Amino acid sequence: MTAVQVVFVLLSLVAVVSALLVVTTPHLVHSALWLVVTLGAIAGVFLVLAAEFVAWVQVLIYVGAVVVLLLFALMLTRAPTGPQPDLTVRRWAPAAFVALLVAVLLGATLVAGFQDVRLDLDQAVVGSAEVTGETVFRRWVLPFEVLSVLLLAALVGAIVLSRLRSEDGDD
Amino acid sequence: MNATHTVVLAADDLSVFGQDPWWLVVIKSVLIFAILVVFTLFNIWFERRVVARMQHRVGPNVHGPFGLLQSLADGVKLALKEDIVPKAADKVVFLLAPIMSTVPAFVAFAVIPFGPEVTVPFTDITTPLQLTDMPVGVLFILAVASIGIYGIVLGGWSSGSTYSLLGGLRSSAQMISYEVAMGLSLVAVFLYAGSMSTSEIVAAQERLWFGLILIPSFVIYVISMVGETNRAPFDLPEAEGELVGGFHTEYSSLKFALFFLAEYVNMVTVSALATTLFLGGWRAPWPLSLWDGANEGYWPVLWFFAKVLLFIFMFIWLRGTLPRLRYDQFMKFGWKRLIPVSLVWIVAVATIRAISLEGGIDRTYLLAAIGVVAVLFLVLFFVGGAEEEAAEAEPEDQRHGDFDAFAGGYPVPPMPGKAVQGRTSVSLYESSPTLSKEQS
Repeated sequence: MTAVQVVFVLLSLVAVVSALLVVTTPHLVHSALWLVVTLGAIAGVFLVLAAEFVAWVQVLIYVGAVVVLLLFALMLTRAPTGPQPDLTVRRWAPAAFVALLVAVLLGATLVAGFQDVRLDLDQAVVGSAEVTGETVFRRWVLPFEVLSVLLLAALVGAIVLSRLRSEDGDD
Repeated sequence: MNATHTVVLAADDLSVFGQDPWWLVVIKSVLIFAILVVFTLFNIWFERRVVARMQHRVGPNVHGPFGLLQSLADGVKLALKEDIVPKAADKVVFLLAPIMSTVPAFVAFAVIPFGPEVTVPFTDITTPLQLTDMPVGVLFILAVASIGIYGIVLGGWSSGSTYSLLGGLRSSAQMISYEVAMGLSLVAVFLYAGSMSTSEIVAAQERLWFGLILIPSFVIYVISMVGETNRAPFDLPEAEGELVGGFHTEYSSLKFALFFLAEYVNMVTVSALATTLFLGGWRAPWPLSLWDGANEGYWPVLWFFAKVLLFIFMFIWLRGTLPRLRYDQFMKFGWKRLIPVSLVWIVAVATIRAISLEGGIDRTYLLAAIGVVAVLFLVLFFVGGAEEEAAEAEPEDQRHGDFDAFAGGYPVPPMPGKAVQGRTSVSLYESSPTLSKEQS
């Protein structure tokens, strides 16, 4: 194994273990923090794969904004500093089953789609902003647009839901 | 405007980086750390002296020449204080928070260029005056700065105190909002420089500073950088009249000192970024740039720190003159003014860039287009302002009506100019539509 592979495996291990801790820790805020570690480790994996742009965007968006918003919502609603034993769910077995199913599905898709793709890490600009932009806006433009429409729909849905509730409250 | 001379998109040539021997890397890192810490000590003294002068006081002048050693004495004093951990605190996170706040502030400096390539004294090695650079350097700074928010959020939460929690909440909302405006204001710079690496951006400003051609971006960046660093007039997270000390209410001793250090280093970091992106980085300002040697050797370090100090002075000036904004005004300003304006500006810049890169359009057309955009800006600002005034005027009319102290379900004091109606309002509350609907 080369040094890069060792780092890759270590980062993946960190990601998987912290992801497990996200769902097992009884502290609500700690679980959000473990999520930060998971997402950070994934950013590290991107870095190892020479996708610099994606790695830093991952840190900026997921670590820097999404989880902060999550923590924000958590603290607005309830912010106990102690552990909450009632958080351990009884239906962990079906949840684990569904998680496994999703993992198999995504893994199979990845293997089927990128089986023959080999990355040349010696080539310096594998994942620069330019290359990422070209790939997203040329080759994957249709999935990209579909995703953005999906996100837009989710956004509109969230606004509609919150507006409905506030109107109910006002009446 | 450099519209007619077509600029070739700068190809990222960062081959000069990553060539340093290991001892040089160590020296550079230690130097950056030392400079930032000393600069922080200086800034605290500078702030106290300047604010004192603005308020017709003297300021610290006893310890050392001009009182320069005052901050050092304060630092030693802080280190000797008792380290108190509240009983309700989450111990691990409580310790982690100040570290998470301080480290990113320092790390961001890794990609800030202090000067051009120079020879190291006593050797014949040439090296750029910058720890490292990457094709996405500015993105790296933004990403690292966004991690710094955790220090404040977690510090506020883990203290187990209401004031800290509210301060942490405020500051996270504030920093996320202003990070959006900040990121958007940088897009125009990326479009003009054709690169996100800091050294390339400085190189692209050889003819003209981006602060001059991209004035709206510059203004938006400066406003959002004050919001991002939680400084007055945007220092709502630690509004002492409302929240005691905000997120660091429960912190003491060295942990508090770390938060303090992080705030001042962050100030330097955003100022250095502003210098790099908008004021030509280490390049000499105009009259000095006529001298050929101004942009060679170690001189640029001096210009760089002069520009940074200018921003620091602006920070202090703002603190000395402006009152704190109300929280809702501050949020409204960020989301309803800064972000829409920067979005429109980005579209305008992208259009102008695309046209000039395509290679040909008359300069007059371009100037006309800029004029139209400028007019649009003004209209947007004034129309938005009128709407807001109308919205604010509405409650004015209602002021003369009854003030319902129990409207929110719990009693609140009246706003100035309103008369309390006492318990009569309770009957109003009882006859509210929700209740009648539930009854029917």
